[in-house]
Amino acid sequence: MNDLYTNPIGHWVIVVVAIALLLFVLLTATAYTVWFERVALGRIQRRPGPNRVGPYGLLQLAADGIKLAFKESFIPAKTDRVLYVIAPTIAVAAAFLAWAVIPIGLWYNVQYWIADVNVGILLVFAVSALNVYAIVIGGYASNNTYSLLGGLRSAAQLISYEMSLGLSLVPTFMIVGSLRLRDIAEYTVHWGPYTGPIPLILLTPIGFVIYLISAVAETNRAPFDLPEAEQELIGGFLTEYSGLKFVMYYLAEYVNMITVSALAVLLFFGGWYLWGVPPVFAFLLKVILFLFLYIWIRGTFPRLRYDMLMRLGWKVLLPLAMVNVIVTATILVAVQG
Amino acid sequence: MADDKKETEPERPSVASDIAALAKGLKTTLTETFRPVVTTMYPEDKTPRAERYRGRHYLRRYDNGLERCIGCELCAAACPVGCILVIAAENTEENRVSPGERYAKTYEINMLRCIFCGYCEDACPVQAIVLGPEYELSDTSREKFIYTKEKLLEPLPPDVQARLHAQDKK
Repeated sequence: MNDLYTNPIGHWVIVVVAIALLLFVLLTATAYTVWFERVALGRIQRRPGPNRVGPYGLLQLAADGIKLAFKESFIPAKTDRVLYVIAPTIAVAAAFLAWAVIPIGLWYNVQYWIADVNVGILLVFAVSALNVYAIVIGGYASNNTYSLLGGLRSAAQLISYEMSLGLSLVPTFMIVGSLRLRDIAEYTVHWGPYTGPIPLILLTPIGFVIYLISAVAETNRAPFDLPEAEQELIGGFLTEYSGLKFVMYYLAEYVNMITVSALAVLLFFGGWYLWGVPPVFAFLLKVILFLFLYIWIRGTFPRLRYDMLMRLGWKVLLPLAMVNVIVTATILVAVQG
Repeated sequence: MADDKKETEPERPSVASDIAALAKGLKTTLTETFRPVVTTMYPEDKTPRAERYRGRHYLRRYDNGLERCIGCELCAAACPVGCILVIAAENTEENRVSPGERYAKTYEINMLRCIFCGYCEDACPVQAIVLGPEYELSDTSREKFIYTKEKLLEPLPPDVQARLHAQDKK
């Protein structure tokens, strides 16, 4: 096995197989996240949710996918054709790229991820920031006022929340001293008799709250789904998209949702460590809990008004994140000297 | 008492009360999640119909097998949309279909026109036509919606039959 890793060709074979496997896992996970969301939202409203296609409606997404794939590939008149087609591609590519560096678990000395980048978290943010291009370009290229408004809102929203999202994680980096996602998940403490990994939320609770709120805004999900506010903007940037191009945006939204959940698990809840549970399953369990949290929030809170969104971002979350950084830095200096 | 509350100054919301409100909302949705589903799984389960629900029509028979309809065409006259066609014929000794002088040789209802008002049922002097409980009448061609006598003479659901029988005795 080690020979295979060191051999350059063998290494690439492994990487390509891993990429294919990860794509398959992610697509399946996305499909079942959508199923899970629809069932959970249904239960919140005392409906059963999808339950017709396959046992417990588990094949619903296959049916939806086939239906959307066979729809006419329609491009409205007077659109910027190139940008109109490229925009959803950017969304889906950016969403999947982030998973190149997200470690899923370490089990029997096998790494369940593709690349171990030493600035992993920065890469995730850099790639996920591309999502705003997908939305803005999609909104611009559609030649539709609703789409344009949705795209502009998205740009303003993502810029506002990107800052507090980044700043909310700075205390974590300061404590761990690394940007490598594996190091953060494996961060070990020596507290009296206990030596081992801890959920970092114990050290950065405020950072976690800011991350949670900003992440919902980053993924454009309710109650921060202003770019596609159905009641005001028809479908926002999605208005003119249908068929497979719509699928790409839809897929990107759910992959992003899984990404931020996975990051929350890695950065604040000890990654793949859970007593008595095998690492990959522990990771999966935690991610599912986070996904439920996002769905639960979506099923509970109404959408924020635009000015409220901006006020929350600039007047509450950003100063709070900055204060959090300063306070954590002070404590770190005081403790470590 | 309600007026007293209005006069007091509304409390300025604090961060703590805001967070409490958010938590209350989350708690509400979570408790709803674990309450039973209220949806009726339609094709498998159906909501009960009212006793006098007006669905598809039936032509009734007497206990001895004779048709009740005497071909008087009062139902066709009463029908506000004119969806009933009755062509009567004389009963003879060899071919006795109904107890009266005449019987309905042709009895057709155009279900695409019918508005299910039940006037035909009210107009009938011998309670020959009744509206049953069935409401799932979709079909694949227009022709199939012209309900002929054979279709209308299908026996009523037993519970409706029993209820109408009790009414006749009164």
